[in-house]
Amino acid sequence: MIWEVFRQERKGQPFTHGGSFHAPDQAFADAYAREFYARRGESVALWVVPREAITTIEEFPDEFDLKYRRVDGYSIKARLKEARERASTAAP
Amino acid sequence: MNARAQLLLELADDELILGWRNSEWTGIAPFLEEDVAFSSIAQNEIGHARALYELAAAELGTDADALAFDRSPEGYRCAPLVQLRLVPDWARTIARHVLYETADAIRIERLKEHDDAELAGIAAKIEREEVYHRLHAEMWLDRLGAEQRYADAVEELWPYALGVLSPELRPALAERVGREEIEAVERAAPGVEFAELWNEMTMVRRSAPAGAQW
Repeated sequence: MIWEVFRQERKGQPFTHGGSFHAPDQAFADAYAREFYARRGESVALWVVPREAITTIEEFPDEFDLKYRRVDGYSIKARLKEARERASTAAP
Repeated sequence: MNARAQLLLELADDELILGWRNSEWTGIAPFLEEDVAFSSIAQNEIGHARALYELAAAELGTDADALAFDRSPEGYRCAPLVQLRLVPDWARTIARHVLYETADAIRIERLKEHDDAELAGIAAKIEREEVYHRLHAEMWLDRLGAEQRYADAVEELWPYALGVLSPELRPALAERVGREEIEAVERAAPGVEFAELWNEMTMVRRSAPAGAQW
């Protein structure tokens, strides 16, 4: 059975993935997580999760190119350039 | 040597020698994760030994390294239980681990109540790590406890486990383990097996040039 460990370096900080290992049950996993990810004081808290409890989602269809919904918005660089060129060539 | 130094040395020798014996599994434990965990526990035990030797050393006018490595084999006070070389028998190793941690818990609980604040303080510090050693021992007990080879190992090691504790603490151990109190294998001058361990353990120290700093 594979376990995934997430560790928190300081209180209040987000947990980040630390790594994974084999262990037969939660008791073993807890003991091993403690030894592998917190023995040197490098973590203040751990999440020890069986890998099978984690769902992976990696299909995010965007067939109609709805760029404006993305966090980075949509690029206006090209349009801006186009507009500038239009402005400089346009008759007064 | 007074009773306090004697007590500290018994405890320290138990932890050092058990740590050494457990570290014999490094690289050959049943699987990789256990290898790391059991090696770490061995290091913790040796850390406890260091702290205890330091207290004893302050009293005896020496230092922790000298107590750990410069005494002759006959000078060690460790219980016979921790001296046994048990690799490559994992069931016996776990049986010793469970028995030792159970006995040690009783001894440490008692020491935490000691009038001597220094002794009570170090016992409390050791206890905070031993909690996790016991959890580790218990999870293996859950796995192996029902197997015949484990039962045989406990049968064999039981008189040794009793010998870890002073006589007045033995009934408590018998109760926790659920066995009859029988004649214990007492602390005595260490045997041949220990002499080999001592030889290996002190080799680097003995071969160091005078005045070497570590």
